[in-house]
Amino acid sequence: MTLELRGVTKEVGGQVWIHPADLTLAPGSMNVLLGPTLSGKTTLMRLMAGLDQPSAGRIFWHGQDVTGQRVQDRGVAMVYQQFINYPSMTVYDNIASPLRLQRVARAEIDARVRQTAEMMRLTPMLNRRPLELSGGQQQRTALARALVKGAGLVLLDEPLANLDYKLREELRAEIPRIFEASGAIFVYATTEPEEALLLGGNTATLWEGRVTQFGPTPQVYRAPRDAVTARVFSDPPMNFKRIEVRGGEALLDAARWPVDVPDGRYTAGFRAPHLTLEQSPRAVPLSARVAATEITGAESYLHLLHGEDRWVGLVPGVRKLPTDAPLTIWLDPAHVYLFDEGGRLARTAPYAQAA
Amino acid sequence: MDKPVNNRAWFLVLPVLVLVAFSAVIPLMTVVNYSVQDTFGNNQFFWNGLGWFQEVLESDRIHAALGRQLLFSAIILAIEIPLGIFIALNMPKRGFWASLVLVLMALPLLIPWNVVGTIWQVFGRVDIGLLGHTLAALGIDYNYVNDPFDAWATIIVMDVWHWTSLVALLCYAGLQSIPDAYYQAARIDQASRWGVFRFIELPKMQGVLLIAVLLRFMDSFMIYTEPFVVTGGGPGNATTFLSIDLVKMAIGQFDLGPAAAFSLIYFLVILLISWVFYTVMTAQKDTP
Amino acid sequence: MARITLDNLAHSYSPSPKAEADWALKPMSLTWRDGGAYALLGSSGCGKTTLLNIISGLLRPSRGRVLFGDRDVTDLPTAGRNIAQVFQFPVVYDTMTVRQNLAFPLKNRDLPAAQIAARVEAVARMIGMEDTLDRRARGLTADAKQKISLGRGMVRQDVNAILFDEPLTVIDPQMKWELRTQLKALHREFGHTMIYVTHDQTEALTFADEVVVMSEGRVVQAGTPQSLFDAPAHTFVGYFIGSPGMNLLDAEVQGTTARVAGTTIPLGRAYQAPRGRVQIGIRPDAVRPSAEGLPFRLIRAEDVGHHRILRGEVAGAPFNLVVPEDQPIPATFDRVALDPTRIGVFVDDWRIEPLERAA
Repeated sequence: MTLELRGVTKEVGGQVWIHPADLTLAPGSMNVLLGPTLSGKTTLMRLMAGLDQPSAGRIFWHGQDVTGQRVQDRGVAMVYQQFINYPSMTVYDNIASPLRLQRVARAEIDARVRQTAEMMRLTPMLNRRPLELSGGQQQRTALARALVKGAGLVLLDEPLANLDYKLREELRAEIPRIFEASGAIFVYATTEPEEALLLGGNTATLWEGRVTQFGPTPQVYRAPRDAVTARVFSDPPMNFKRIEVRGGEALLDAARWPVDVPDGRYTAGFRAPHLTLEQSPRAVPLSARVAATEITGAESYLHLLHGEDRWVGLVPGVRKLPTDAPLTIWLDPAHVYLFDEGGRLARTAPYAQAA
Repeated sequence: MDKPVNNRAWFLVLPVLVLVAFSAVIPLMTVVNYSVQDTFGNNQFFWNGLGWFQEVLESDRIHAALGRQLLFSAIILAIEIPLGIFIALNMPKRGFWASLVLVLMALPLLIPWNVVGTIWQVFGRVDIGLLGHTLAALGIDYNYVNDPFDAWATIIVMDVWHWTSLVALLCYAGLQSIPDAYYQAARIDQASRWGVFRFIELPKMQGVLLIAVLLRFMDSFMIYTEPFVVTGGGPGNATTFLSIDLVKMAIGQFDLGPAAAFSLIYFLVILLISWVFYTVMTAQKDTP
Repeated sequence: MARITLDNLAHSYSPSPKAEADWALKPMSLTWRDGGAYALLGSSGCGKTTLLNIISGLLRPSRGRVLFGDRDVTDLPTAGRNIAQVFQFPVVYDTMTVRQNLAFPLKNRDLPAAQIAARVEAVARMIGMEDTLDRRARGLTADAKQKISLGRGMVRQDVNAILFDEPLTVIDPQMKWELRTQLKALHREFGHTMIYVTHDQTEALTFADEVVVMSEGRVVQAGTPQSLFDAPAHTFVGYFIGSPGMNLLDAEVQGTTARVAGTTIPLGRAYQAPRGRVQIGIRPDAVRPSAEGLPFRLIRAEDVGHHRILRGEVAGAPFNLVVPEDQPIPATFDRVALDPTRIGVFVDDWRIEPLERAA
């Protein structure tokens, strides 16, 4: 079962909400839609579900054109950021509700509800009501209700956004397991790069209604096609610097290193963990000023000012650096992406090619 | 499947369309039909063009009724809106008392118009009415049958009694949707009670206030039953509002032509004033 | 500005609390230094919001006192406490411009116009909104509105403390970095005492000099981010701080060794033979794949960018490893080696200290 979007576009009142998007979601795959608020994740999901009709383009399910088909006939399940359950029903009845609507036999309902509850670790709570449960359990109930249908397409719209950090971490680790057991196509919208990485599978990055890249998650992360994708898929944000390439060498501050791109102006991009305080054999020195340091316990974030640019570095250990002090930091050119003036990737970071 | 299949959904709307056609459009067309013709009975009609419209627009009697009507609506809005807001602000926010007050507030809204009229008609009578009798006992010369001022006062008080709860309930719903954090923030910012009202409560109530103003305006502008029951438009013509005048003209005098022209003008006036209210109140909301 | 003292504070929402569970806040005493940055960290329902409401004066504690400096403010209402607060969702006055929003707390205190103007300009510059000062607040993005809320919190110079109630909840990840940096800079520049309530460990640890970890109405540990990470006082802190949290394994501890799942491993320090439920705890980044050590079963590997998480089991208990991006992972391995210097020993969930440093 494959879901295919061909040139799907959505315009509302003359405004383009989704630029033409082509996506093929493979049978039984986990697909993450990653982008900031209002980048079009929810709109795209509603188009996939059939809740909205595309302005142009076609949607194929199983090779069959389903554009314009009613949601009820599509066999999709959706879970929202808010925990949506029937408050007056028990967890058991909540999970059973979609099957009852489908007029499934009583014995089968019972078997499937118990099986799904077991998978979602809800068995002890089956006789309770949603409002007596914690946020995580409520959202697991909503997930169970989505999964029990056996829908071929499960859409999750920032399902963990309203949960506590630690609960989020736990459910995040569980979702891939649940997904593997279900065999459905999962589509998961999130604003957080880390969540995309943890879920694995494929990622489509979205920016202002445009799908900027779609591919296996680690590949999109390490080989972004353009600067926008790299920015969307970096937390802390990717560091950028306008540089010049002359005579086959990239020039940044006093540092220079050979690159295989034509001479001209480029934007260099590199991620926070690749800035280091210790010199390594191939690294080049850069001078910056410390704007702030943040300690996470095991690591420290360095907020740096390099001329007009704001950079973030992530270094191991607890480092308290005096604010406003000049600092030499080291960057291995193997970790530097080059983007051309149009923002397209001109040269990938060599380390990513090796990986 | 090239076309979305759910086009069929339009058929579901058909019964409503038919209903609206019979209940609104066809009578309206009848009115339009009457407004441009003259009749002397026997179902004989003569083309009169815009003659009735001209007559109505130039009629002193209708000008006077329109003036009374505008004054009435203005007074009603000036009393009911602030009073409704004031009551909403002072209603308990939650708990048993909140439910009790809500039920009490809803009670007047459940009483049919003609019953409200009758209640006040009796209530205000000097001989047997509690209000009239009490006022008379206090030495206040009150008689809504003879005194135009007393008649007006009675109808206004009656309308306020009947409809202020609607405004209050709408405002209350608006107030309930304000998160506690706003009040907390205002306390921390040391905003005065007036500041809280002006910068938090009023802006958050704007949407429901628009609805309240429109509803109360349209309703008061078309008021008929209550003054008809209480004062019958008198004393003299003191409480003859547009709708009462219209009915007098159409049914009392059987002047169908002018009455039809009158209703159309009446309808347009309401539309116009509602539109003005709507534009003014939403324009204020949309300015960046 | 003032030092804040919580003196033997406790709170119950029930008028006559009997069982321990009736107490939303169990007795606690804490002192927060003037000008410090503090975080209250815990999951929802742990009592952190109750504590914040007591400090802000929305709630009167059932027991104990709250002191600002030497002054007892327990019975003082919010308005009398001279504090500022930033809420979870942006609270802005919609009909006012950004400038009027920022000036509002000062205007209400009848400051001279010139002083207000200067102060508003300064704060607008700090939050990067000097170009939008004359825009109506309605219609701005959630990010911008929350910046206004932050700005309104900062605008008064004389506040005793600024309280933050999960202020970055509605903010996009990218913007969080910017706002956090700004908060840091504001703290450095104005030196207010700041109290930041959150369930997000990253926000708490990066913001605060000292983090107070709460669980079930109790302060479990208060300390620097580093001490919470390196030496959690309770297994809850080990689990709650760090992502993934600390690995915990049932063990028998004897002298300088621990016996786990039939394997003996060194502890690096000597411990007195403990009584009760004994566990050893170790951070996922202090473990590496190895040919010897504890038996490990790998379940799933996750590539998280600059490191990888290996999820698996040791003796049936969940056990995670964190391996840096540039470090290769053996194709197959069934054992893990633990860094002895980073193993902690917990008895009935509380950390115990070693006898003395092992030679």
